[in-house]
Amino acid sequence: MKKCCLFVLFVFCASVAMAQDASQLIKKVKAKLELVDNYEATGVMKTDIAFIKAPIGKIKIYFKKPNLFKIKKEGGISLLPKGGLSVNLSSLIASSNYSTIDAGIQDLGSKKLRVVKLLPNEESSDVVISTLYINEKESLIEKAVTTTKENGTYTMLMRYGAFSNYGLPDQVVFEFNTKNYKLPKGITLEFEDDSKPLTAAQQLKNKKGRVEINYKNYVVNKGIPAAIFN
Amino acid sequence: MYSLVQVELYKIFKRPRTYIAFGAVAALIGIIQFGLKLDGKSYLDFMLNDLSSSLEIDGKILNGYLVCYVMLQLLLVHVPLLIALIAADMISGEANMGTLRLLLIKPYSRTTLLLAKFIAATIYTLLLLVWLAILALFGSMLLFGTDDMFLLKTSYVVLLKESDVFWRYIGAFGFAALAMTTVASLGFFLSVFAENSIGPIVATMSVIVFFTILSTLNIPIFNLIKPYLFTTHMIGWKEFFDIKVNDSNEAIIGSIQNPDKIIKAAVVLFIHTIGFFVATVLVFRKKDILS
Repeated sequence: MKKCCLFVLFVFCASVAMAQDASQLIKKVKAKLELVDNYEATGVMKTDIAFIKAPIGKIKIYFKKPNLFKIKKEGGISLLPKGGLSVNLSSLIASSNYSTIDAGIQDLGSKKLRVVKLLPNEESSDVVISTLYINEKESLIEKAVTTTKENGTYTMLMRYGAFSNYGLPDQVVFEFNTKNYKLPKGITLEFEDDSKPLTAAQQLKNKKGRVEINYKNYVVNKGIPAAIFN
Repeated sequence: MYSLVQVELYKIFKRPRTYIAFGAVAALIGIIQFGLKLDGKSYLDFMLNDLSSSLEIDGKILNGYLVCYVMLQLLLVHVPLLIALIAADMISGEANMGTLRLLLIKPYSRTTLLLAKFIAATIYTLLLLVWLAILALFGSMLLFGTDDMFLLKTSYVVLLKESDVFWRYIGAFGFAALAMTTVASLGFFLSVFAENSIGPIVATMSVIVFFTILSTLNIPIFNLIKPYLFTTHMIGWKEFFDIKVNDSNEAIIGSIQNPDKIIKAAVVLFIHTIGFFVATVLVFRKKDILS
């Protein structure tokens, strides 16, 4: 009985210690991201959604604390996944009102990453759960999988370069679920139809969207007028 | 020949009915532009309803390029009816007025006379399209501005860069000119058989409506004859606004998804035009002119 109690106590202490580790790690990541009050960057955005034929577009990205984020396409129309505000990392951990769970270590390519799950404490939060894959050594989030109530699950994959000191990625790949797109022919006035029925594999591919943003020329902490975000 | 064409053009533009088509096109375009300017947002919200549930779309979607496309979709179905008003009157109108015999007394062959009349009808058709282009394209660019073109098709969406749109319109209007010339040649052909204008005008309209319905009906038995109907190919101008993508689903700027479809449609329309004209000449040369 005594041994059993000791074992339970040990497991409890260990899990508390791991949760504290995870919290500490999140704090370190957050501290790094908090070095950035605002930034402006240029970039290239590639939209890969099965039912959208779009060219690569040059974009400008603006961020301002706490969670103002805007992607503007240079003179054109931009398509972003719903909930696109979450394309930036800061908004993922902007609030501190969440519980952290350490989910161990996982391999991502050649890297070993600490997996931390964030559970919002507020019931009203749109985010149900976020799973962060963190490079402990660099305090950088390499991958984030977020499940929301309204906009499904989306995955962000980050690649870092010159601005890793600020936790700013060089590339973000954003994967998300899309709904089937179909407009009645009466609306599009396209009565001619020589399209072949989609295979099951094509239908599945149609439900996945991917937006890749390659950042260039970060300008950090030089101030950004609030009007840009309107 | 030049003077004959001039005479025929003079006859066309002397008739008040010629200007009905120009007036109708201006009125239709004006009313669509007015409606979209006032309540274009509601129209867009309705169109984007399906898409905006998973995507945020930012930018000036309702711009001159899109407005022109919407109008061409609506108008290029009806413009043939306006062309029939003139083309189907070219020979029957003369017969009706009793001037056909008088005209044939001139020292020109019947083929030359027909060619001059056909060229005049084609010039009228082209002028109507130029008028349409000025109002629908340049008018909309002026009213709504320009931006990338966001096209909603039945099963996919096409986003064309602003710099990649204008040449497509030149191609589309060029193609439309060929399609409308085919309609003019049909009206011209039917006008040989009548002594008054109403018959060939209504017959031309009926043929176009009938064939268009056959072209749009998705019933397997009709699919066999669809490729041979000129109405099936008249919508080939839309192919200019479909872009090719590479293996990573990036749109290739300056490309067309199915250029072969455009070429095939153009060839079919050209053959029809020549066919109708040759048939007109063959019938007219043997025709006993009594009026």
